[in-house]
Amino acid sequence: MVPGVAYFLVFHYGAFVGNVVAFKEYDPFAGLWGSPWVGFGNFSRMFGDPDFWHATWNTLYIAVLQLVFYFPVPLAIALLLHSLTSDLLRRFVQSVVYLPHFLSWVIVVALFQQVLSDTGLLNSFLGDSGLHTVDIIGNPDAYRPLVVAEVIWKDAGWGTIIFLAALMQVDEQQYEAAAIDGAGPWRRFWHVTLPSIRPIVVLLLIMRLGDILSVGFEQMLLQRPSVGPEVGEVLDTFVYWQGIIGGDIGYATAAGLFKGLVGALLVFVANRIAHQLGEQGVYK
Amino acid sequence: MEKPKPVTKAAKGVAVLVLLALVLVPFLVIISTSLASNKEVVANGGWVLWPTDPTLRAYEQILSGGIVTKALGVSVGITAIGTFVSLACTACLAYALSRPGVFGGKPVLLVVLFTFLFPPGMIPAFLLVKGLGMQNMYAALIAPVLINVFNLVVLRGFFQGIPEELYEAARLDGAGDWTVFWRIVLPLSKAALAVVGLFYAVSYWNAWFHASIYLESDHWPLSQVLRTYVIGGAQIADTGLSEAGMVSAPQTTQMAVLVIATVPILIVYPFLQKYFTKGVLTGAIKS
Repeated sequence: MVPGVAYFLVFHYGAFVGNVVAFKEYDPFAGLWGSPWVGFGNFSRMFGDPDFWHATWNTLYIAVLQLVFYFPVPLAIALLLHSLTSDLLRRFVQSVVYLPHFLSWVIVVALFQQVLSDTGLLNSFLGDSGLHTVDIIGNPDAYRPLVVAEVIWKDAGWGTIIFLAALMQVDEQQYEAAAIDGAGPWRRFWHVTLPSIRPIVVLLLIMRLGDILSVGFEQMLLQRPSVGPEVGEVLDTFVYWQGIIGGDIGYATAAGLFKGLVGALLVFVANRIAHQLGEQGVYK
Repeated sequence: MEKPKPVTKAAKGVAVLVLLALVLVPFLVIISTSLASNKEVVANGGWVLWPTDPTLRAYEQILSGGIVTKALGVSVGITAIGTFVSLACTACLAYALSRPGVFGGKPVLLVVLFTFLFPPGMIPAFLLVKGLGMQNMYAALIAPVLINVFNLVVLRGFFQGIPEELYEAARLDGAGDWTVFWRIVLPLSKAALAVVGLFYAVSYWNAWFHASIYLESDHWPLSQVLRTYVIGGAQIADTGLSEAGMVSAPQTTQMAVLVIATVPILIVYPFLQKYFTKGVLTGAIKS
């Protein structure tokens, strides 16, 4: 127990204390404790910084796109897999769709670039067929759909696990009873399948809402250079760029701390709402 | 229940095929292109679906002692050591937290779970690693991510599922905490340990961000090298590999690096895949 506890104390709580630098004007020579205090100076600067609001806007934009387009996909795949009658086929498809989850973002981004860049697979195919070529990588307008497509490719299959488990637990007798009462496949789906998996859908939705300010740091950082900060900057990359690249440590910490506070608050609020709706939520 | 209509069946078949193709075709293209000859790649505009004249030239080139070879060694080392240390620390802590009545168990659990809700943040973590003098040490890639809370919760849930009678029987036979842990708990938890081990191994193998901020480029693991040369678009030939005078088309070498970075995952994956559902679920339900 000791090494584990020590790890959490040093690398989580120890690091957490470092957040005081958000209230300081960080001077690398004076160090963390020697740097002068500036109160809420970094925060007031942040709220007046259009770049910060721009990053916040991009973050929310991408998060909402993901919520609308990514969130239903694992559920749809799970329903498809669940309806397959052959056990062997289902297991095979499952193994294949889980796979991309285990690839790093470097590999996924590289893959998408190979397929979609102006010299990539899609365009050489379009070009050979005498069609118009499209530039997707490096085109700021296509960036947001692109990152959502990447998330879907990478993690939608993995996301089916939890829905599949919920579907397994649906009582077979309910289907039979519904069928006897004359319910067709669609009515059975609507009145038996969906209500049974509702709690798990709500749970995942809450977790997603609490996480809304974090949209794939690694993914965004890897692709920010190809489209620039205009669309590619999100809160996490903003912190990275200001702090680690720019050396504006106090300011970047303030932005990170703000993000963390809002995130924790969101989890809390979302969980509250879930309780009000009579669902179990993430914690009690 | 009545049989599904042929239309439904056909639609399902198409959906499954599309799903499989979306995942598998990119892999096929990468592997094929990495094996294709220079001429074929150029003639085909940068990619090949099925090489007519397969050659291992690209692999020979990047594995002949250059930056990729070194990075591969670093990645293997970090992954092996990191996975082992992480798994050991996670299992010990998970065991301590899974037993009722352990001194300080409840507060420690809260302390741990709180970090899930409120992570310290990127810059404070960065300052801490620098402050501890771990800059340009491989430890900087392992120590800050030693225990993953999700993995901890999965293992703890699994340990709690072991029947209480087994513990009692062992106690009566005079076994201490360590003996119980070593002789009873661990052997019974192979499935959960395999899953958590895989999760750790994959995350160490794939990690590049910490390497990019803490390590000099000659210490980089494979993922970070991949990032620079494939996504960043730098030519591997720039790094002294062209000395042999037989440079492959850049696409071929890039694809070969991609394959090398992916293959280890593809190899361990089928062996552990059957444990996923169980392992992940224990964690998901308990949290």
